[in-house]
Amino acid sequence: MILQDFVALSPILNLGAFSLVTMLAIAFRRHHARIAVFAFMSCLLTLATLPWAATATPRAVTALLVVDGHALLYMGLVLSATMVVIALSYRYLTVQFHEHEGVEEYYLLLLLATFGGLVLTVAAHFVSFFLGLELLGLSLCSLIGYLRTRRHPLEAAVKYLLLSIAASAFLLFGMALLYFESGSMTFRGVGAIVKQAQDVPGLWLGGFVLVLVGVALKLGLAPFHMWIPDVYQGAPTPITAYIATVSKGALVALLLRLATDVGALELPPLVHLFSLLAVASMVTGNALALLQQNVKRLLAYSSITHFGYVLVALLAGGPAAAEAVTFYVIVYCAMTLGAFGVVTVYSSEGGEKDCVEDYQGLFWTRPWLAAMLALSLLSLAGIPVTAGFIGKFYAIAAGVDAGLWWLVLTLIGNSVVSLYYYLRLIVTLFGEETTPATVPQGQQAQAGEATSWTAVFSLGLVASIIVLLGVYPEPLIQLIRESVSNLLMVTAQRP
Amino acid sequence: MVLWLLILIPILAAPLAWMGQQWSRNAPRWIAIGTLSVDCLLTLLLLSQDHSVQTSGHGSWLVESHSSWIPRWGISLHLGLDGLSVILILLTAFIGLLAIGASWTEIQSRVGFFHCNVLLALGGVIGVFLAIDLFLFFFFWELMLVPMYLLIAIWGHAHRRYASFKFFLFTQAGSLLMLVAIIALALLHQHATGRPSFDYADLMELTVTHGMAWWLMLAFLIGFVVKLGAPPFHSWLPDTYTEAPTGASIILAGILAKTGAYGLLRFTIPLFPGVMSEFAPLVMGLGTVGILYGAVLACCQTDIKRLVAYSSISHMGFFLLGAFAGTELALQGAVMQLVAHGLSTGALFMLAGALQERFQTRDMRQMGGLWGMTPRLATMALFFACASLGLPGLANFIGEFLVLFGSYSAQPVLTILASLGMVMAAIYSLGMMQRTFFGQQRETRIAPDLSNTAFGTLLLIAVLQIWLGLYPKTVLITTKPVMNMLVQPVVASPNLTHQPSESVSSSTIFTSQVSAP
Repeated sequence: MILQDFVALSPILNLGAFSLVTMLAIAFRRHHARIAVFAFMSCLLTLATLPWAATATPRAVTALLVVDGHALLYMGLVLSATMVVIALSYRYLTVQFHEHEGVEEYYLLLLLATFGGLVLTVAAHFVSFFLGLELLGLSLCSLIGYLRTRRHPLEAAVKYLLLSIAASAFLLFGMALLYFESGSMTFRGVGAIVKQAQDVPGLWLGGFVLVLVGVALKLGLAPFHMWIPDVYQGAPTPITAYIATVSKGALVALLLRLATDVGALELPPLVHLFSLLAVASMVTGNALALLQQNVKRLLAYSSITHFGYVLVALLAGGPAAAEAVTFYVIVYCAMTLGAFGVVTVYSSEGGEKDCVEDYQGLFWTRPWLAAMLALSLLSLAGIPVTAGFIGKFYAIAAGVDAGLWWLVLTLIGNSVVSLYYYLRLIVTLFGEETTPATVPQGQQAQAGEATSWTAVFSLGLVASIIVLLGVYPEPLIQLIRESVSNLLMVTAQRP
Repeated sequence: MVLWLLILIPILAAPLAWMGQQWSRNAPRWIAIGTLSVDCLLTLLLLSQDHSVQTSGHGSWLVESHSSWIPRWGISLHLGLDGLSVILILLTAFIGLLAIGASWTEIQSRVGFFHCNVLLALGGVIGVFLAIDLFLFFFFWELMLVPMYLLIAIWGHAHRRYASFKFFLFTQAGSLLMLVAIIALALLHQHATGRPSFDYADLMELTVTHGMAWWLMLAFLIGFVVKLGAPPFHSWLPDTYTEAPTGASIILAGILAKTGAYGLLRFTIPLFPGVMSEFAPLVMGLGTVGILYGAVLACCQTDIKRLVAYSSISHMGFFLLGAFAGTELALQGAVMQLVAHGLSTGALFMLAGALQERFQTRDMRQMGGLWGMTPRLATMALFFACASLGLPGLANFIGEFLVLFGSYSAQPVLTILASLGMVMAAIYSLGMMQRTFFGQQRETRIAPDLSNTAFGTLLLIAVLQIWLGLYPKTVLITTKPVMNMLVQPVVASPNLTHQPSESVSSSTIFTSQVSAP
């Protein structure tokens, strides 16, 4: 029996062990390329343990963790996204850092953050939830400020730190109230009291709302979104991609489990709260993105909107909602990695390229790079042939099925508005080329360097995923359906 | 399989056309022309080989292709061809050829990418005309949007950015509403039978409650009418038609507007027969408003492309009037109007493009007296102005006449008002001729007349116009079974005792009437 537990936990144990080995390897000898490859291989090997772990699932390992199909699917997402980020980071770091400045810990922190993300996907208890979240948050905080000689990253790191502290405070207070009312810290134990009682205790509700606020702060849902644009802009671009995908993906996995186990979507006040968050996120994100001149900030605001869409799908409730949310999050990760990946690759050629003007006429000078960005943006806008369309289709279908007409109409209205700023960026890509005279001498020399093959390879992979999911989503749909049925089943089986 | 060929040939040739740029400047053009010719011939072959074209309809397809795609949602790759799609695909391939011919000299930068986009857009349009799975239909419906947007945004005139945004946002807003309605239909099917389905045949059998049907029909209607450019959803149309490069204007007016019309005929009317009687007066009123509004605004334009754009709104009003009149005569007229309008407006945009290329302006106040300088251009303009105003003997006349004739029994007042549109068409069409080609010559620069190829192309369209004007049976007989099927639900819905012999007799009367001139 114990062995089975180890098998089920093998991805997490594996990554934890590799993080330690990475740390020792750095202590033994510093070598950027070697450590990068090592970190990449750690994720790859951890990914390889997922099918093995699947043989032992669904399984509750202690009261803290539940390993099921749902968790394994999100683990796969988190690990794959981390691998893409590592592949994108290498070149970026070599350009941004001088030699012997110590870039190797970057990969260690990345592995630790991913470790935290994995814990979040399996957490079924408030303690494991909090541990995972803090591990992820603290590692991210150092990663955001990793370019420690620059002003913007440091500012962003401080902001993220303050946000993390605020979120933790809300979370802990909420947990305390929940424990006070229910006498349990497991998700199901907390939910049990609501299912038995006729009316929900006020303190319980207050506690759950506080927990939700903590999660909303981390997910950047409006009105808790203030930090998002600043951190997205200030952080090194690969880390921005990481925050947008891994950190948010893991949190959504947790939110899904929390909502399902507690049965939050059966309580009218919480449903109203979720609806409010969804509408606020969609509208605020869009309104603020409309006039952005900075690509990273624009994508930041668009991410707020996208999580509003995710909430619409979540509100539909039931297995259909879990399916729609998971599909949307996977798709969202792919397209966000694509967009930020292009910004990273382009910025790796000297100087941060995050203004819209930098992308003027890019299609005529760097067709592949621009096509990749255009593809990601079209996917974010939800145009067919890209995965984003199927994602939006899923969100609308979940909403329509549950009869959430007003939310669906808000979603539609917002996706039309959001087209405006995506198109603005796309039309810039296809605009007239800027005259070479405006490019400073130093940058021109660096631009000659070829893009690293790792970045090319990973971006190509992301692009093919976006197109493949847009044209033939059926295999992923089947996978998600199996994992979702798992999510509901395990909760019923557990002691 | 042959249906997939029709769609895939242009789409696969698109990257080829792009790469062709490296070999020579004209390679992309020839690749595009070759591709569309193949499509054209293939469609003609389908039309001529299968004589059952005259007997098909009633939900059966001439050629059908079906394979599973996303079983989770009951989505399949389901294509079907019938009389209506054949005619529209032929029109698409032909107008596509015209558009490429019209941009032969105008497009000089990024030739490969231009033709890549043209082919992609046309591939999407052909897909729209073939798809009978609603999800697949929507897929193609959106597929044509992005290349079209790029055509306007990259090669358009001075205000291209504004126009391209407006085009995309308007059509996308309509499309998304329609997407919600499509999904709602599929889910209603799930509630009724336990499995979702996007298939046309399945959804036709679905019974929807009255209130739901009303909302769904409204969403479908808005989605399609936006594309058609009927007021009050038309405001993108003049801007986009005007600012697009000539080739894109021809495609927009000649083909893209037809996708909206096709959607109305294929989906909106047959899917919701129950609420048809409530919507018919409304949409016919919308059509009449479109006819008069477009005509009045066309009368007071100074920009020649804008004039053609507003005339296009007016002509599409006739389509709306006929499509919702519920008589076979009017429906046949509406289809005829689609074909005729595609040909005449395509030609007019080509002429407007030719004028702009020669004089770098579209402002008619700066033209005048050009007949002496460019006699060929002027002759052709006169011919197509006459076609546009509905001169008997040309295709537009047949369309408008049949629509008015067929709609009178349904809405006499609206029909009388609509016929005023034909009078105003004469005013703006002849006014355009007057200001551009007659009168005092203002332009002193010497400009070349139409080239032989352009002249030949226009002559070909003129021949088609005369052919369809004198012998409209070519189109009418092909689309007759489909129109027959469309009339039935409308007739059948009030009283279920419906005699098929009645509709047959009326159709024989009108074919003998029409083929007489």
